Amino acid sequence: MDAILNQAFAGLSMASILLIVALGLAIIYGSMGVINLAHGEFVMLGAYAAWAMQSFLGFSILVSLPFIFVAIAVVGWVVERGVVHRLYRRPLDTILATWGIGIVLQQLVRMFIGPESLFVATPTILEGNTVIGAVVMSNYRLFVIAFAVAVLAATWGLMTRTEFGTRLRAVIQNREISECYGIRAEKVYATTFAYGAGLAGVAGALLTPLVSTTPSMGTYLVVDAFLVVIIGGVGSLIGTAVAAGAVGEATALFSMLMNDTLGRIAVLLAIILLIRFRPNGLFPQTIRR
Amino acid sequence: MKRRSFMKGLGATGSLAITGGLATPALLSGAGRAYAQGGELNVGLLFSLTGAVAVVERTLHDAALMAIEEINAAGGVAGMQLKTFIEDPASDPATYADRARRLVIRDNCVSVFGSYTSASRQAVLPVVEQRNNLYWYPTLYEGRECSRNVMYGGAVPNQQQQEFVPWLAENFGKRFFLIGNNYVYPREENNVCKMILAGLGGEAVHEEYVPLGHSDFSSVINRIRTEQPDVVFCTLVGDSDVAFARQYHAAGFDPETMPCASLTRSEVEVQAIGGEAAVGHFSSAPYFMGYQSPENEKFVQAYLSRYGADQVTHFVSEAAYFQVYQFKAAVEKLDPANITPTAIRDAAVGLTTMAPQGEVVIDANLHTHLWPKIARWKSDGQAEILVQSEARVAPDPYWAYEGETCTGEGLVRG
Repeated sequence: MDAILNQAFAGLSMASILLIVALGLAIIYGSMGVINLAHGEFVMLGAYAAWAMQSFLGFSILVSLPFIFVAIAVVGWVVERGVVHRLYRRPLDTILATWGIGIVLQQLVRMFIGPESLFVATPTILEGNTVIGAVVMSNYRLFVIAFAVAVLAATWGLMTRTEFGTRLRAVIQNREISECYGIRAEKVYATTFAYGAGLAGVAGALLTPLVSTTPSMGTYLVVDAFLVVIIGGVGSLIGTAVAAGAVGEATALFSMLMNDTLGRIAVLLAIILLIRFRPNGLFPQTIRR
Repeated sequence: MKRRSFMKGLGATGSLAITGGLATPALLSGAGRAYAQGGELNVGLLFSLTGAVAVVERTLHDAALMAIEEINAAGGVAGMQLKTFIEDPASDPATYADRARRLVIRDNCVSVFGSYTSASRQAVLPVVEQRNNLYWYPTLYEGRECSRNVMYGGAVPNQQQQEFVPWLAENFGKRFFLIGNNYVYPREENNVCKMILAGLGGEAVHEEYVPLGHSDFSSVINRIRTEQPDVVFCTLVGDSDVAFARQYHAAGFDPETMPCASLTRSEVEVQAIGGEAAVGHFSSAPYFMGYQSPENEKFVQAYLSRYGADQVTHFVSEAAYFQVYQFKAAVEKLDPANITPTAIRDAAVGLTTMAPQGEVVIDANLHTHLWPKIARWKSDGQAEILVQSEARVAPDPYWAYEGETCTGEGLVRG
């Protein structure tokens, strides 16, 4: 029983990491239809920003989070204005372009900062573990779970409770008609892309105490993030959250029953089966096109 | 008809000879081409400077290049300067083979120094064997290979484990938890570990392999918590090792009672893990940056002043460095008119070289007799050496395989 509870927490923790990486992707992919293959590199840039702020300014990750969000959002905005917005009517070219941007970003980091793995400290107030009965929970992982939920709530609020959200949803449903009503779709897209990139940056910073910070760290993460977005149903925030939870817990369960390698295979098989029977994901979007 | 095909054949050979003659004149003279020409001797460096393994291979490249330049500055090898040809195989095994071919055939290198992973070594192997060249491989690896064209500078399992595992069992207990990445190296090392443990009356309570690059170890850590082993025996590499060490520390495990014992964790990984999470755990290797010897002091000082004070030297870069000196010593035993890769190989056998780790010797089976050390990591990212073997340990790449021995004549069965 203890083992199962411990494993359930492990699953929840994996789910929170998946969610926080996938959210930015879900917004960009879901609202703009852009498959952003540079997303993993935005995550990586966030991690490097956390490293830079720690080594040059002495900031802990918690202090640097807002700065990182802004910095990576600016990078996202530049990428959108510079490249992506010219390719909105050519989805395949977008894939190629963002992939290329990803490679360029990775190599730039490798050239100017170096290929070696970097060290970012865990915030001291979040060290240690909380023990309830026999369940041992790392405080930092608890924090990441809480943070992921908060970001989900904030994003949901932004989409449904603000004027920007209303405009964004209008543009998603019908770009031409929204423009007739005076909404500048271009601006909305640029802001959305920047917001998604900013979230990716925050995710990268939060991951630094748990994984190894290297120029290629994003490559592994982005694959899982795509899986989560696809299972959740493109464009559905709730779907993304549910899918992250399901993948995290399923991975934990299968890893306990078998081992990590077989667990991963089992999860991927389950995803293939799911997509076979629900090709639009768990929560397919129902808008008229 | 016959005449026509004959003419065609003639034309083809003719044009081949012309283009061949224009582009690469050496192709015509083939094997007869001398290696030592105009007071220069060509050597190749084949380390990835881009891609996934560039993290480690860049440091090997740096160490080997430093040795070459030191040698050149001191007058070269038997009066000849070493001319370095650098290729970047970009972490891709197929590219390794291609670039190795380029170094050996086009650039007429008498030896190639290179690579970190077993996959890349195995990709280069057919090239150097076919061309009868010599490949200097500095990395510790899983053994079970006996090429006559590779000089193995790193430790094989028996050298890292035959003192380490009994020492761990004696000091901490005989219940080992084995964790590694899922490929040949961790599996072979764990085979050896289980054999030694069985001899000591110990056991492997659990054996687990995770995919390369795996970064979430919560399930593994939960399993360790349930099993409560005496030692966590770790053959994770690179990013996985860094992530595991940090999460192991965050889980609150005490290295005093349940340490990680690693065969792969060096100063490079510890730098990324952070002193706080690395402190108290163990590694076994022939070399650590903190080892006290005049040769090592010189090596570390030269390396840091050249590449930056925040750099580290480690057990693979040390081998990348001393192998160039082994090469030099072997060439100096030869008649300059008669320098070939195989002559260098034969001259190298039995050769004694002073390396930063101590005096190393090349065995007839082309592996190296080394000085294994057991070290505990300190919070400043350096290792404190606790046990140093009293004598050089001989390499036995087929230790775990009864009836197979790697000798000067290649692999002998029975």
